[in-house]
Amino acid sequence: MISDKFYKYLGISGSSFLCIMGGAILIIVASNTLLNSDHPLHVSSYVVTLLGKYLCYAILAISIDLVWGYCGVLSLGHGAFFALGGYAMGMHLMREIGPRGVYGNPVLPDFMVFLNWKELPWYWYGFDMFWFAILMAVVAPALLAYIFGWLAFRSRVTGVYLSIMTQALTFALLLAFYRNDMGFGGNNGLTDFKDVLGFNIQENRTRLVLFVISGLVLMITFMFSKILVDSKYGKALIAIRDSESRVRFLGYRVEHYKLFIWTLSAGLAGIAGALYVPQVGIINPSEFSPANSIEAVLWVAVGGRGTLIGPVLGAILVNGSKTILTSAFPEVWLFTLGAIFIFVTIFLPKGIMGLFNRSNRKSNASGISKIAGLRKIFIFDGKKDG
Amino acid sequence: MKRCRLYKSLFIGLLLSCFINTHLLADTLNDTINSLAKGGFKERAKVIGLMSRLNDDRILNSLEALSAGKLYFRKNNKQVIILKKEDNKYYAKDPVTKSNLGVVQKKQFKKIRVNNRLRRQIKLTLSSLKLRASSPKDRILAATNILKTIDKSALKAIQSQLLIEKNKSVRKAMIAARASVILFNNSSNAKQIQSINILMKYGGREARSVLTRFLSSANPRVKKITENAIKTIDVSLQRWTFIQNVWYGLSLGSVLLLAAIGLAITFGVMGVINMAHGEMVMIGAYTTFVVQDLIKANFSHLFEYSLAFSIPLAFIVSGLVGIAIERGVIRYLYGRPLETLLATWGISLVLQQTVRSLFGPTNQEVSSPEFMSGAFQVGQMTITYNRLYIIFFAVFILLILLILIKKSSFGLQMRAVTQNRLMARSMGIRSDWVDALTFGLGSGIAGIAGVALSQIENVSPNLGQAYIIDSFMVVVFGGVGNLWGTLVGAMTLGVANKFLEPFAGAVLAKIMVLIFIILFIQKRPRGMFALKGRAIE
Repeated sequence: MISDKFYKYLGISGSSFLCIMGGAILIIVASNTLLNSDHPLHVSSYVVTLLGKYLCYAILAISIDLVWGYCGVLSLGHGAFFALGGYAMGMHLMREIGPRGVYGNPVLPDFMVFLNWKELPWYWYGFDMFWFAILMAVVAPALLAYIFGWLAFRSRVTGVYLSIMTQALTFALLLAFYRNDMGFGGNNGLTDFKDVLGFNIQENRTRLVLFVISGLVLMITFMFSKILVDSKYGKALIAIRDSESRVRFLGYRVEHYKLFIWTLSAGLAGIAGALYVPQVGIINPSEFSPANSIEAVLWVAVGGRGTLIGPVLGAILVNGSKTILTSAFPEVWLFTLGAIFIFVTIFLPKGIMGLFNRSNRKSNASGISKIAGLRKIFIFDGKKDG
Repeated sequence: MKRCRLYKSLFIGLLLSCFINTHLLADTLNDTINSLAKGGFKERAKVIGLMSRLNDDRILNSLEALSAGKLYFRKNNKQVIILKKEDNKYYAKDPVTKSNLGVVQKKQFKKIRVNNRLRRQIKLTLSSLKLRASSPKDRILAATNILKTIDKSALKAIQSQLLIEKNKSVRKAMIAARASVILFNNSSNAKQIQSINILMKYGGREARSVLTRFLSSANPRVKKITENAIKTIDVSLQRWTFIQNVWYGLSLGSVLLLAAIGLAITFGVMGVINMAHGEMVMIGAYTTFVVQDLIKANFSHLFEYSLAFSIPLAFIVSGLVGIAIERGVIRYLYGRPLETLLATWGISLVLQQTVRSLFGPTNQEVSSPEFMSGAFQVGQMTITYNRLYIIFFAVFILLILLILIKKSSFGLQMRAVTQNRLMARSMGIRSDWVDALTFGLGSGIAGIAGVALSQIENVSPNLGQAYIIDSFMVVVFGGVGNLWGTLVGAMTLGVANKFLEPFAGAVLAKIMVLIFIILFIQKRPRGMFALKGRAIE
């Protein structure tokens, strides 16, 4: 019964993807716990944490894909939402250190004692509670996105302008979080976490659980997004992506559609950030750097935007090769990354998923692509379209 | 012919007389200084008196050494030299020419001793000598020094110098210095009030600090006048701070303008989002570095003019890289702005890493030529030459570009292609070529910006990254496709930034400006000077 429903909602590719992912997570967990550390198939805890990190990136990639792949809004500032979620989580973990810090202050985190602060700033209140931190990890980025989106979409800032504005947003936040006066640890950020919900953060078991939670959240995100984009609302989103003015002329409130998906996507990015921080053990302002956000966009582009499996694949593939290359040939990585950017945009506009779907897409997508092609010529003619 | 010969002989005569003159002077100077070695304190005092009448800047050096006990004479020939101790070795220096005479044995020399009376005399002589220095700049410096320290002993020297001083600004400084001394000299109330007025008119931080020091010792009536004077100075100081902020703002604005002009062409005119624009700037800066290095190694006499080679070369190098990017990547992506953005970001990563691999990740040093270093004073503010030149340079580049776009046939073709590609092509314009050249032009201008930036910034592979967001902000704020908008945008942002800085700090000011632009774009999505009509759709 249940599998039937799943199948109905997720389609064959979606449900098989979920199965493969669930299976992979199970196998990794099993191999980490059951197999001896000298067994050739043993997955070390280091790798588990690394994979957990990738899963968080995959959630971020899906959130970017929702706005870019389905709604045509290219965000170069999703790293900011991700980092905000991370900071919310980091603040909680900071409070949980309690009197075990270097200075032994039960309330103030170390860096505040170091800066001679006497009291906890008001925006740190409540972060000693886990549920509040999780709530904030979603609400803070979503609120920022809502305000930004409300301003931007209402005045119809679109295309490249919006992208550059989002980049400016994350750049402004980068500068802001570097300041010590902000009360977020300045340059060093938040680190030296001891435990999460009472479990030692360094311990293998905790890491494994965090990995599994990341996997589950990713799967839920995937299912949720799949249902969302297949719904009537999702169809409207795609319509907006393909021809915004036409949708507007048909009587849809385009701004509302955009604002909703934009805010939702920011909240998702926040969740990804909140999962990310306990696994890497640090959050600092460099997460806000514009380069990070653009790199995240690349994962989506590599995997294939406008699909939900693509971003997950892209995030894991790109980050996997990044891990391997930066340790083996650190000089080569930026060349590779740059080359991927260029190659994908020119030769693989639909990403890896475009390679798989070429045959079965042809039948139903030919109409759309024809229109898109015509539009391309039109734009090419004007060349001014954002 | 005759006249020519006449001039020639005149010239040679002049030259000769100059030579003889300085030679003679140097001789008497040497003799005087050497006579310090003879006799006791009384004779020395006489010699110092003689020296003060010589009116030569070169005496300063030996007098300062004398009062510091560094002046020695050689025991056998009574030649006077300056001895300097470094790492247990004694270095000799000629007191007149200041040339180094190498390491010497201390045994061969004897110190020229001075007592307190002599020291006082030397101090007086020094201050009066400095007041008589040949360059007006040094004289002003000496006067300001007296003003700062309220040096009562210098009163006589100032008064006698004021009788002969002709330079207006030097006179002003000296009168102010005299006033400060009189103010503290237990003079009558009327004299004090007169001095206060003089200091008030002179203005500036030094005069203000003299007056505030005076406040505590003044009687009630004079006190009030002093307070008023301080207030007046404060108002004028504020005015100068304001002007200074405008100046700094314009200076920052000109840097932004330079970085953004190229972008105004590729983004504003062509509509291509070039995220590698900052790297074009970086390439320009590295070209400057390489040119300077080559010139330093091979043609060191041309070093002063290395910028003259750097500017065209940076334009060519960056322009060629730009053309290569356009032909290799961007032309496949026209009409897909978001993809262009991503691809050019990739290019920027590759370029950065290339430069990092070639030159290393550290900062490279690019030195400024002589005419660009140094500063001059306008009222209460200092203007450095390199900033001044960069402002002129930025505006100059902008004007050249405007002329190129508005008046040349290439500019005409460029505008035709951007307005209506198909129509332009049917009129026989090779639109591919125009695209490539336009992009090359924009990139080349960015390279020139790199030359200018190398004079005030560190040259590192990350140079471009720092400017990319700022320059996009300028172009978007000013209005896409409008070079005047870029000018106004850059200057507005620069000035706004500098005015916010004193209140908010540098980082917060930048954040505030960014937020302001984000909000501004909501109101006017096409920038300050938006193009109107159908061209924008």
